[in-house]
Amino acid sequence: MGMTLVEKILAKASGKRSVSPGDIVMANIDVAMVHDITGPLTVKTLEKEGIDKVWDPDKIVVLFDHQVPADSIDAAQNHALMRRFVKKHGIKNFYDIREGICHQVLPEKGHVVPGSVVVGADSHTCTHGAFGAFATGIGSTDMAAVFATGELWFKVPETLYFNITGDLKPYVTSKDVVLHIIGEVGFDGATYKAVQYGGETVKNMSVASRMTMTNMAIEMGGKTGVIEPDEKTINYVKEAMRKHGRERPFEVIRGDEDAEYEEIYEIEADNLEPVFACPHAVDNVKPAREVAGKPIDQVFIGSCTNGRLEDLRAAIKIIEEHGGIAEDVRVIVTPASREVMLAAMREGIIQKFYKYGCVVTNPSCSACMGSLYGILGPGEVGVATSNRNFRGREGSLDAEVYLASPITAAACAVKGELVDPRDL
Amino acid sequence: MDWTIEGRAWVFGDNIDTDAILPARYLVYTTEEELAKYAMTGIDPEFPKKAKKGDIIVGGKNFGSGSSREHAPMGLKGLGISLVIAESFARIFYRNAINIGLPLLECKGIREHVKDGDVLRVDLNRGVVKNLTTGVELKAQRLPEFMMEILKDGGLIPYLKKRKLKS
Repeated sequence: MGMTLVEKILAKASGKRSVSPGDIVMANIDVAMVHDITGPLTVKTLEKEGIDKVWDPDKIVVLFDHQVPADSIDAAQNHALMRRFVKKHGIKNFYDIREGICHQVLPEKGHVVPGSVVVGADSHTCTHGAFGAFATGIGSTDMAAVFATGELWFKVPETLYFNITGDLKPYVTSKDVVLHIIGEVGFDGATYKAVQYGGETVKNMSVASRMTMTNMAIEMGGKTGVIEPDEKTINYVKEAMRKHGRERPFEVIRGDEDAEYEEIYEIEADNLEPVFACPHAVDNVKPAREVAGKPIDQVFIGSCTNGRLEDLRAAIKIIEEHGGIAEDVRVIVTPASREVMLAAMREGIIQKFYKYGCVVTNPSCSACMGSLYGILGPGEVGVATSNRNFRGREGSLDAEVYLASPITAAACAVKGELVDPRDL
Repeated sequence: MDWTIEGRAWVFGDNIDTDAILPARYLVYTTEEELAKYAMTGIDPEFPKKAKKGDIIVGGKNFGSGSSREHAPMGLKGLGISLVIAESFARIFYRNAINIGLPLLECKGIREHVKDGDVLRVDLNRGVVKNLTTGVELKAQRLPEFMMEILKDGGLIPYLKKRKLKS
């Protein structure tokens, strides 16, 4: 019997010829990432346990993205702790407050390659599966074990395969596709499982659009989200490695023809329309037209889900076409990384956001963090291009968050209320 | 070794996410003692004052969904929560709790048979939950042996150190 993409990567990483779902394997780790929220716990655990050597400083990436620049004395102390750790262990892959969100920066800087095992102390690490890697979020103690030993146990997951065919209609994006899927399978529909996306619609998507889909695998409980690498992936990865002096060989792994999936879902892209994930659960997905008309207070365009160049382009296009944003709506725009920020500046996009009265922030987790800035007050309603609308996620327990694509979010900014972008 | 936990239950719903267990604005704290002051405040701001050492949290489906923040189980452990029983758990929370030595148990139907304030006696070795208030006994899914070992050693790192870190 053949193996799926995820099974093949885990077999290779654990030195086995084959693995099956349910097997427990000890996998060698290729990239281990912590950020400013989860890193301090890992470092303190290592210190408490008297472990003063890491397995391979070159495979560790440390990055600050959640509280940048430091928004409190405690955050500043956590940053200082991590800077000392990086220096002590000679970790060269260190990105201080300036670089942006980990899940954008790691691929951009050439850290992620097909066929590798990537662990991050952040639940959205599944994003990196867009590059044909096995990538999963872990906690800080698991990460301490990885830092010490370079390996971690995994239960080989079953794979759910989403075969997406047909053309997306205008104003419908990969965000609408993945929200639709989450609405179908539910918030725990993929718990402990791998989520794989394929089919011609995915093949036609940009790498950025694919990352939006793998990013949200965790929102249905998935252990990872993954897409088989193709020419687009390989070109992206090679270009990123070349630009940052990280050229190295990698093995492109694809699933076997006769691989066994736990379930195959057929999705027809032509039938999909703009949607919102409504409060307070990501699987509470409704057609935009069904909830249109509700007044909103804030729109957030950014995050590891939808803060990339194509997202900013799509949002500003809508705002420009309609001559600006509604007067009583606050719009916060956060490019996912410094590279995205610079590219958007070169295209004049940032200037336009400013011109129309949007607030553009430094690359960071921004409003998605629910503590840095862009916090919603009691009774307020926000639209966000991020990945979670849990109660209290963006501030007050009495605030509401609607998740949407950058196109839909921009349309809401224009209208000042929830709206289907096709009706603007 | 006999391993029985007895405590008063606090019952929560489905899908209790990590923002409910430990809201983002408190993630700057790094010790169980500090985090305990904010445990469950994303759903019940008074919870840290109401909970007592040894209490048991009962949840529905997908307990601990969302973020990888280990602060969530740390806050519960710091508050003295002795065990979390739920219909099902999100996977990162599950690993994190075991890794820091906070016992968990999956038990189908638990929420139908436990009310706030009921006293539960749980035999971790056998995976049996007895509601002492009502007399109902439920069969839970026993933890895999190696997770029991991790818990007995006090967490993943002590467990690995005992085994010289590398297998």
